Amino acid sequence: MDEKTPIIEVENLSKTFGLLPVLRSVNFGVARGETIVLLGQNGGGKSTLLRLLAGLSKPTAGLIRIGGWQMPKEAMEVRRQIGLVSHQSLLYGNLSARENLDFFGKLYGMAKDERAERIRVILDQVGLAKRADSLARDFSRGMQQRLSIARALLHQPEILLLDEPFTGLDQSAAERLEGLVMSAQREERTLIMTTHQLGRAPTLAGRALILSRGQIAFDGNIARMSAASLGELYAGLCGGATVA
Amino acid sequence: MTAKTKLLSARQTVEATPMPRALQLLTILTLVGFCFTLVLGLFVAGTDIQQGEIQRIFYIHMPSFFGAFSAFGLTVVGGILYLWRKSEGWDRVALAGVEVGLAFALINLATGAIWARPIWNTWWTWDPRLTSAAIMALTYAAYLMLRAGIEDETRKRTFMSVYGIFAFTSVLVTLFIIRVVPETIHPVIVGASPQNAQGSFEATSGVVMALVPSMLLWLTLMPITLIWHRSRIERRLEAVNRLKMRILTE
Amino acid sequence: MKTPFRTAVLAIVSKDLRAEIRSRELLSVMAIFAFLCILVFSFALELDRVAREEAISGVLWVTLVFASLLGFNRSLAQEGDQGNLDAMLLAPVSRPAIFLGKLLSNYLFTLIVALVILPLMTVIYNSNLLRGWLIVTTVVGVFGFSSIGTLLAMMTLHTRSREAMLPIAMLPVALPLLLTAVRASTNLLNDSPTREWLVWLQLLAAVTVIYLALCWLLSGFVLEE
Repeated sequence: MDEKTPIIEVENLSKTFGLLPVLRSVNFGVARGETIVLLGQNGGGKSTLLRLLAGLSKPTAGLIRIGGWQMPKEAMEVRRQIGLVSHQSLLYGNLSARENLDFFGKLYGMAKDERAERIRVILDQVGLAKRADSLARDFSRGMQQRLSIARALLHQPEILLLDEPFTGLDQSAAERLEGLVMSAQREERTLIMTTHQLGRAPTLAGRALILSRGQIAFDGNIARMSAASLGELYAGLCGGATVA
Repeated sequence: MTAKTKLLSARQTVEATPMPRALQLLTILTLVGFCFTLVLGLFVAGTDIQQGEIQRIFYIHMPSFFGAFSAFGLTVVGGILYLWRKSEGWDRVALAGVEVGLAFALINLATGAIWARPIWNTWWTWDPRLTSAAIMALTYAAYLMLRAGIEDETRKRTFMSVYGIFAFTSVLVTLFIIRVVPETIHPVIVGASPQNAQGSFEATSGVVMALVPSMLLWLTLMPITLIWHRSRIERRLEAVNRLKMRILTE
Repeated sequence: MKTPFRTAVLAIVSKDLRAEIRSRELLSVMAIFAFLCILVFSFALELDRVAREEAISGVLWVTLVFASLLGFNRSLAQEGDQGNLDAMLLAPVSRPAIFLGKLLSNYLFTLIVALVILPLMTVIYNSNLLRGWLIVTTVVGVFGFSSIGTLLAMMTLHTRSREAMLPIAMLPVALPLLLTAVRASTNLLNDSPTREWLVWLQLLAAVTVIYLALCWLLSGFVLEE
């Protein structure tokens, strides 16, 4: 595929929950290898947008294309290309870290040897190699989060969607996560993440989308912005938000 | 925009589309047909020798079950078409089918109880057919409860289409239970009554003459007209709620 | 592009088995509930010998249905609590495969409970339930309950008060299964001639097949949302 064509295209996307409009006519495109942070208030539609991109939810109106395939109708074609880290862990508490990953590896059709090797590599990468055989329910929040990321990266997806990955992490866990994000960027994966922590946004991504009342209020480069000026911009668009 | 002008423009949007000609015609036909079958059942048909006047309730009792059958059948059709075409209109038909059918099923149960009081000397008995008819009504009450419990709009429509298809099994059970469970005391008018049936009467030409028009009315015109009206109301209700939300969120 | 169907189904079943062997969350709850149910019925229906024999098959099936309801709720809650169902839906796996995987593991657990109940009831109710054809009836009937229960549990997963919603949604729909299963078992226990119970067993099998087909077809729609 041509380098210039966007890997994700969103046109006039709307989503209504019950009778409540959550997204209203959202338009944007994402280039291959780009990293985007999604900012906005709670309930502003960030998680909904990620779920729509992952094909877990159907748009009320509008179009989503990933790698040229229409979501969610042709989702089966791109499922292998998408990894999602949700605000829930998506892990089985009664299975060990290795067993969790092994199960999802099977679902992605990986052969036995390939699975074992890939799980070893990824557990090492997220720093859980020593705890591979502990049950997921005994993990701390930070470790669960790392295991979730391992699960999302297991099948080496092109696109990684992260929903509030920094919530509930202490300083060292957050730094470790930042490192994981950077290495995913080096591997030229396309990243879309939501976060509350405005201060982190410019270090993580070149581009930000700010959602306000279900619409895109800002779409632009934030790489050279200071955290303070981003905070000002955000407060202006979303009203009265505190700068983290 | 001020709140008042907003409300005014909102009202214009939910203003009803004029009633289609076909629906007007259907409504009139149904009303006329209903009066006609009532006259047939109450005055034209002869009085039953054994049961007396109470037997006349049968001209409502049996047709109302078949009305429910028709309405629940339309729920299945609406459900299948919704799953296939994803057009909300079909889901509204399915919902209307459940409500209309439930009303018919309750009429069926009530008239049955009224008839049973003098004939069987009890309002209710745990006979297989009575039990399955009650369970049928409960199934569709469960449909309405389940529907109220699902928040996401598309998920609600999809799930309820699926449930509406499954719920029809309770209708089929009620319909066929006297064929497979012989120890019912409920009479069968068409075909041979079970051995234990109590309160059978003969399907004389007078009975048939009053029954057939009533059956046809309840099988076709009644459910179709009522479901059509009910789904139009549902559409307006949805429009009102959508506007409410818009005003609240703007 | 898709992961082969069989691989996906086996992955789900073996995952459930492994988690269950470790925690015994489902089996312990279902078995204890079923055991209590049988005891309570035996006290509540202080019947004479004849009446008790008449009631046995009713007790058997009502106990099985209630116990399986508990199991289906728990089993799907395991998928729902941490959003794991979403994780499965993200994978390139056909939707009916996910349904079938959950169905098979639910069936396996309910069947284990059923096969424990049969000897238990034989002792408590002093009537031999360990007959070949009664076991066949149980194996078939439990499969019917599992298919409809698994599909409905996937639907009630996202409803308000799901624990209460599943029984309300499932019991009326399961009626044709319950009716035929009870009839077949009663006739079997009464040592009726073959033609009397065989019809019911055949009907039960027919309803089970129809339900499985319907659930299979509709699972795609239920899981797409």
